Amino acid sequence: MLHNISVIFVSRKLKDMKILVCISKSPDTTSKIAFTNNNTAFDENGIQYIVNPYDEWYALVRALELKEAGGGQVTIITVGGSADEAVIRKALAIGADEAVRIDADPVDAYFTATQIAEYAKNEGFDLILTGKETINYNGSQVAGMIAESLDLPLISLATKLDVSDSGLVLERETTGGVEVIEVSTPAVISCAKGMAEQRIPNMRGIMAARTKPLQVVSPVSVETLTAFVSYEMPDAKSACKMIDPSNMDQLVELLHNEAKVI
Amino acid sequence: MSVLVYIPSNNVLPKAALETVTYGKKIGQDVVVITNGTADDAMLSTLGVYGASRVLIDRSYEGNDPQQLTRLIANAAKTCNSSTIIFSHDVIGKAVAPRLSVRLKAGLVAGAVALPNTDGTVKVNVFSGKSFGNVQVNSAVRIISLLPNSIQPEQTGSSCSVETFDGQVGSTSIVVKSTKKPEGEIPLPEAELVVSAGRGLKGPENWAMVEDLAKVLGAATACSRPVADIGWRPHHEHVGQTGVAIRPNLYIAIGISGAIQHLAGVNGSKTMVVINTDPEAPFFKAADYGIVGDAFEVVPKLTEALKKFRESSH
Ligand SMILES: Cc1cc2nc3c(=O)[nH]c(=O)nc-3n(C[C@H](O)[C@H](O)[C@H](O)COP(=O)(O)OP(=O)(O)OC[C@H]3O[C@@H](n4cnc5c(N)ncnc54)[C@H](O)[C@@H]3O)c2cc1C
Repeated sequence: MLHNISVIFVSRKLKDMKILVCISKSPDTTSKIAFTNNNTAFDENGIQYIVNPYDEWYALVRALELKEAGGGQVTIITVGGSADEAVIRKALAIGADEAVRIDADPVDAYFTATQIAEYAKNEGFDLILTGKETINYNGSQVAGMIAESLDLPLISLATKLDVSDSGLVLERETTGGVEVIEVSTPAVISCAKGMAEQRIPNMRGIMAARTKPLQVVSPVSVETLTAFVSYEMPDAKSACKMIDPSNMDQLVELLHNEAKVI
Repeated sequence: MSVLVYIPSNNVLPKAALETVTYGKKIGQDVVVITNGTADDAMLSTLGVYGASRVLIDRSYEGNDPQQLTRLIANAAKTCNSSTIIFSHDVIGKAVAPRLSVRLKAGLVAGAVALPNTDGTVKVNVFSGKSFGNVQVNSAVRIISLLPNSIQPEQTGSSCSVETFDGQVGSTSIVVKSTKKPEGEIPLPEAELVVSAGRGLKGPENWAMVEDLAKVLGAATACSRPVADIGWRPHHEHVGQTGVAIRPNLYIAIGISGAIQHLAGVNGSKTMVVINTDPEAPFFKAADYGIVGDAFEVVPKLTEALKKFRESSH
């Protein structure tokens, strides 16, 4: 497996890191999206929640790899109600050591990030990792907000994270390219594809997860800056126009004159 | 009260910059652009054509550390008494806008797809393109990051003044060691035309015809997730719910079944063309134009037809 290669480069200097991984729940990717209450709320009827794929596949798994190579501790944190403990246990089954749940509805990104920053500020984490965005709200907001709240550097959309003598070595996406950068800890990092590979929890992990510590923390009082007031579905597509495979001139003509895209 | 638009340091004006300035002009009279780096005055002054009243540039800072850019933009917002700050929802906007939101306690609308509604809410992409939400901002100052390709640049004015600005960006803890930029490639999130292929192509050696088609069109190339996962194509080409979300004018999907997770990232495309041997492929339900046929025959024919069209229209 590819991800083992990068683990080899973990040096002995930055050992025993304390890593905080921010976990969000998101609807299973096959979910049919619908809304209730006059389109003001997401319809949770029949929705299965999973750990947001970016948080799980990239942030959490990379944190575990760094711990396996250099020692340390991986804590996961989520802002959510008690129903979210199923998702927390799944992340624990993959290998996190302990969990923190801030007992509040994650009403907006600012509220969520401020809760996490408040918890993290006195805990001495070397790394705070998030997924690059959630697949339900796609905001890419929480990592940057935590970083600003704690006055820490932010490396967003990182596709590689390694540890060197002096600090962290990362690759991150830039407009149309990739940058290799170095930064010292503590730092906040949002993780994108390339950083690690998905891990499937095994039976032992699932059993162990049941007894791992899960601390419930009361939220601090924070204002919300934004609110989703309503939702809408995209306009229904008109029927697909079928074109004879031998008549590509017709397709070109339609793209030019009808769709006006070329 | 002004509208402040941040444009990343660049020596060319990307379309996203013109989109954000146009967006700014449509919501406010006084549009100030803030940028940094080495761009020359002549180029920047053309932003006036798209609605800017003036451009502020910090030439002492060429970097892109989100922490420093946040200080720069916060200082500009204070100087200009800005009530709305606009970013493109791209790699820089995604890093800087959230930091600025905390610094200014200004609500962030991330991933806007349209101008604000009459009630002041702003429509954004949610559920990876499966639906939209309308976001209300509770704070006095608001920040909006605009998804690329959501509005067309419009020329409404004439060139504007360019002034140097001391952004007081402070120090950074990030050291950039090197930058790799693939030459001549069109960045996927900004591309107006995209040619994408999936597992139906059977192997990486068959991508030449996809690249040929993309070249004739001037399109960016993309792929489905399994194709990136098995290493046929680079990860940054992976589109969909867990890859890049795109909304080009034209998306051509070749040998892609149209799984719900794939569609999530591409169904903001204005026009979709699907080429697939299987008439039952779910992608046809989402497509505007469909061709049931073997990609290995259809794609070269389409490339030829486009070549002919391009030649005749010159
Ligand atoms: C949590 C999760 C997240 C996911 N996220 C994504 C995502 O972000 N993006 C994504 O793409 N997928 C994603 N997937 C995977 C998705 O479910 C599909 O498996 C994937 O999109 C299928 O890729 P494909 O269409 O290339 O391959 P296939 O489903 O194998 O389809 C190949 C298609 O090619 C056609 N074909 C075969 N031969 C030819 C030929 N000669 N000419 C023309 N057509 C031909 C076939 O009829 C078929 O329709 C995700 C899955 C999960 C579980």
